[in-house]
Amino acid sequence: MLNIKNLHVKLEDEDKQILKGIDLHVPAGEVHAIMGPNGSGKSTLSYVLSGRGGYEVTDGTAHLGDIDLLDIEPEERAAAGLFLAFQYPVEIPGVGNMTFLRTAVNAQRKARGEEELSAGDFLKVVRAKAKDLKIDADMLKRPVNVGFSGGEKKRNEILQMAMLEPKMCILDETDSGLDVDAMKLVSEGVNALRSPERGFLVITHYQRLLDHIKPDVVHIMADGRIIKSGGPELALEVENNGYADLLEGAA
Amino acid sequence: MPAERKTAVTDERLAALTLPAGDGWLRAGREDALGRLRAVGLPGRRDEYWRYTNPAKLVQADPEPSQPDAGEDPFAGVDADVITIDGDGITMPGTIEGLDVTTLSDAGGADIHWAKDLYGTLEAAGSRPVSRPLAMLNTAFATDGLVIRVTGKVARPLHIRTTGGTDPILHHVVKVEAGGALTILESGNVGARYNTALEVDVADGAAFHHLRVQGPDGGMHANTHIFARLGSEATFRSFTLSANGQLTRNEATIDLTGDDASATIGGAAFGDGDVHHDDTVFVTHDAVNCESRQVFKKVLRNGATGVFQGKILVKEGAQKTDGYQISQALLLDDDAQFLAKPELEIYADDVACSHGSTTGAIDETALFYLRSRGVPKRVATDMLVLSFLAEAVEEIENEDLRAHVGDLLTDWQARA
Repeated sequence: MLNIKNLHVKLEDEDKQILKGIDLHVPAGEVHAIMGPNGSGKSTLSYVLSGRGGYEVTDGTAHLGDIDLLDIEPEERAAAGLFLAFQYPVEIPGVGNMTFLRTAVNAQRKARGEEELSAGDFLKVVRAKAKDLKIDADMLKRPVNVGFSGGEKKRNEILQMAMLEPKMCILDETDSGLDVDAMKLVSEGVNALRSPERGFLVITHYQRLLDHIKPDVVHIMADGRIIKSGGPELALEVENNGYADLLEGAA
Repeated sequence: MPAERKTAVTDERLAALTLPAGDGWLRAGREDALGRLRAVGLPGRRDEYWRYTNPAKLVQADPEPSQPDAGEDPFAGVDADVITIDGDGITMPGTIEGLDVTTLSDAGGADIHWAKDLYGTLEAAGSRPVSRPLAMLNTAFATDGLVIRVTGKVARPLHIRTTGGTDPILHHVVKVEAGGALTILESGNVGARYNTALEVDVADGAAFHHLRVQGPDGGMHANTHIFARLGSEATFRSFTLSANGQLTRNEATIDLTGDDASATIGGAAFGDGDVHHDDTVFVTHDAVNCESRQVFKKVLRNGATGVFQGKILVKEGAQKTDGYQISQALLLDDDAQFLAKPELEIYADDVACSHGSTTGAIDETALFYLRSRGVPKRVATDMLVLSFLAEAVEEIENEDLRAHVGDLLTDWQARA
């Protein structure tokens, strides 16, 4: 599904290398977690894959299926099936959440040559999915993320994911700012989307999210590289011993 | 501009105009304004209040030839009583409960004492401390206008639709009697060049709402004036939606003279290309416990210029004043510019006044957020423009009209 080979990335305006050769393969149906200390490049990886500006790819490739991600615009990557759940979802005053969702869903359908959803059909689907995530009518009506609590913002991200039905989901520190109940709700939303056709890349600082979203593979990232990969037990090791041992082992 | 040059420009402009026929109170008001105008002369580039906007095309004897298209009715679908003003004259609606409407030319010959007391009075008051010579010119030479008296709460908005004039000078006076309420909608291209004045006296406990759409045509040179006086517990709200027009100078002078009055003036403007859009606002607090808000937003691109000059003057004794002013520009490229002169002048010690002005580009993080959801860049930019304007549009109190303006904006964007 997601294939990253020897990915090197630097900041566009600064002579600073962030990713120093990432190799990663997330097959369909699997959940991979990336853990790592602050500044290891986890979020940069998610941004580069989804096409945020400010970065320069100096070497390597990233493909979603047979689509060269690095060659196309962010909206094209989205239409190709890539989704990034933001660590800090952006507030957009004056644009209704529902309007935003419908615009996004129909823009993607249009880009893929599919028929746009009618207002009625869209409403039916969004209401059902919102209900699962305990998102009420008021939250759908309000401007995008404006006045939402931390938990509400993250649930709203998962709602977008559910509506857009991507092939590959990247979750960037989705657990940050969540209390236990909110984390449970968000995780249930994510787990409901797990399927043999869909891949997940879960970026997190802590093991606790992985109690709820059980990964197939855990990667440890440090200083722009994946220094170790293993099963779920690797996350527990981090939880118990911190990153220090792993970092020393890699050095 | 040197004094003699300024006099020459004024003389040249005045030579091209004649005081409309008639006598009585209207004639007296016209002559008074003409005298005041001769004393100060028409504005030039050197005048402090015209520093950011070149008045040349507004004051020159002949209007710049341009052909604004008739334009669609932006209030189509809004339930309103309509008055049309065009090259052929003024078409009045039937009887409206709570409302007396007549034309200025008809009223000028009749003994309507309230109109006599109002015509040119608020304009003259509004010319102190800053003189507004183009408003004086308007009072002196108004080709026509409406004389409106509101005696009750008028159920439906009154839509004044003005189209097709050549260099029209229109002057409306509105008196909202105590406890009365009226909403006026204004639309139409008015003319290739036009000068309008609206004097509104809002009596105690009365309410006046004003919603105006300018554009979306190109080529016009517009100078508009609003003069409002508010009695105690009176409400005044005005909002202007503008798109393009070569030169637009919208002035508003609002005096809060009764306690507990509330005034809001706002605008959302699009400028694309050879467009200069100027909002000049002067709010005077001269009573206790009044509130005023100024909220202006402009979206500019392709060389368009936006100007905001806004002042809050709090007079001695105007305690518990709550004054707010914000002007913001969203520049969609490097060729656009925004010039802002926010001013506070406060002579009372127990007031809360704040003002702010910002100029910025599209928020790249928000743009990326939308694009990452599959929204194409162009559509995402449009959404963020609407988002930027939303705070100003929120100032429109009436929910239906607010939604209508939102739809208009979306429609304009789709066609741009």
